[in-house]
This record gives sequence, C-alpha cells and structure tokens, in this order.
Amino acid sequence: MPTFYNTKVTSRLMLGTAQYPSPAILAEAFRQSGAGIATVSVRREAGGEQAGQDFWALIEDLGVAVLPNTAGCHSVREAITTAQMARDLFETNWIKLEVIGHADTLQPDPFGLVEAAQHLTDDGFEVFPYCTEDLVLCDRLVEAGCKVLMPWGAPIGTGLGLNNVYGLRSLRAHFPDVPLVVDAGLGLPSQAAHAMELGYDAVLVNTAVAKAGDPVAMAQGFARAVEAGALAAQADPMDPRDMAAPSTPVFGKAFL
Amino acid sequence: MKIIVNGDPLDSDAPTLAQLLEQLGKADAKVATSVNEGFVPKTQRADTPLHDGDRIEIVAPRQGG
Repeated sequence: MPTFYNTKVTSRLMLGTAQYPSPAILAEAFRQSGAGIATVSVRREAGGEQAGQDFWALIEDLGVAVLPNTAGCHSVREAITTAQMARDLFETNWIKLEVIGHADTLQPDPFGLVEAAQHLTDDGFEVFPYCTEDLVLCDRLVEAGCKVLMPWGAPIGTGLGLNNVYGLRSLRAHFPDVPLVVDAGLGLPSQAAHAMELGYDAVLVNTAVAKAGDPVAMAQGFARAVEAGALAAQADPMDPRDMAAPSTPVFGKAFL
Repeated sequence: MKIIVNGDPLDSDAPTLAQLLEQLGKADAKVATSVNEGFVPKTQRADTPLHDGDRIEIVAPRQGG
C-alpha cells in the first residue's frame, strides 16, 4: 500500500464525499469499498444550519483519513486562506491543493499551483497537488516540497478516463519514488485498473461513484479494479506483440 | 455596527470574533473563520476585534471531491 507523507494508507481507493443520493449511501459506499481516505471541503454554513456539523459526524464515524480540498479556488491567495481554514477545521496538515485556471475544463493553473504549493509547504502543510500530467510542472511541484502528485486523468466530472496515457506513463517513469494518484476524470473501474497497471499508487474518484445508479456497487467495483490493476503491475506483464504465438505446444501434435 | 457575515449584512454589537460566534450559536461548532479575507485561527478569535464594515467568513465541513 502507498505511503503519503509518512502515513501508510489502507486502500488504493480514495473517495470523494459529494453528490451521493443520501448520507447513508455515502457511508455504505465507504464501508463496502474499504476506501481509506475521504476528500472533504469547507463551505459557508448559514445561520441556524447544522448541515456541516451533521456531515462531520458522519465522516468521523467512518474512521477514515480526511483529505480537505481547496476546490473552487481560482487564485493563490484564496487557495492559501482556504487551506489554512481547512487545517484549523480538520486538524490535519494534509491539503488537496486545487488552484483552478480555467472555468470550463477546471484545468489546474500550473503557475498558481506551484506558488501556492511552495507557500503551503513552507507553512508546514503536506500538499497533495491536483495537477496536470505535465512533467515540468510536476518537477516544479516536487521542488516546492510536494511528496505526492495527483495528475488528472481527464477534467473533473467527465468520466472520460485516461486522456493522455503516454503522459501518465512518462510521469511514472520520471518519478519512480513519488506516490502518484490519478485524480479526476475516471468514469469506470476499468480506467482505474488501467491507471494502476501503469504503476500508479492510487486513484481518487467521486462523481463516477456518487452519480452511478448504485453508488455502493460502483464503489466496490472501483475497489476491486484498483487491486486487480495493482496486482498486474506487480506481476510484470508480458510484452505485447503483433504476430500470433500459439499457447498450446505445437510439438507432439498428432500427424493427421 | 454593520458587518457582513458570509455575504449577508448583519447588525452586531459583538466586540470580538469569538463573541460574534457565541451570538450566532456557533461557539462550540466545528467552524473556521476569516476576517476581511485573512484567516483567523480559532485560538485567536477572542483577540480579534470586529469593526464596522468587516467581512467575516464562517465555514464548516462540507462534502467535497
């Protein structure tokens, strides 16, 4: 199992907590999949509302590690302040750093991301940057102190899978010792298995599970897929070839 | 004095951020705070005076991806 900032996690599946049909289904998705990390956010709570407090009670009951995000932040200043509020609230140095650069694609702003990551690392945060698969960007993030990288598979919420397999494979080869998590864009367990077969350490999924007709079944599907893919990566897969090669021995075949 | 709490105007006589939270029934709630876009840790709320026109954000845990 991967280690994130000296914490050994219990599962290669990380789950978001948004958009489920009900809190009970969210909780069951976690229990049945064994996901070990839950992403959460910080948002305003109106006057007499208790929604945030109730939600927190549910997450605490799950007994999983909590990874707060800076979702929706478009500036470095906003992301840093949100991270500080999240640390105060959730009492963890972990932060999933999102600095969004484009409203339609929710593509990370690479320049703001590096600046915010440097600032937060200097301030004692353990940063999980939501990034693209760009090698140079990831180099800069590691230089800024990030010990985990979370490249997107595809834009958030699209379910398109791994849009740039070559880029993700290059990233794995370039950073053999940095835990890599495919974050965002996965729609199916087979895509999660593919990420693991590329040698990735974990995946983070939200919409694909929460918006499935049966989120609990889909969470289980993803959990099994990441294990299957991880086993395949460990097993040293065969090399593909163009020409057929018989698997049944030719020698000894009856002369008919 | 008139302050803005989570985007809504509010008439308040709370001298500090801690007292504002108490008046709003959130003294013991799991929340984080900022004043005028600057983060205020929970340990400093009692020492953070409020002034007319201050913009206060009070956030709580919420679902996220």
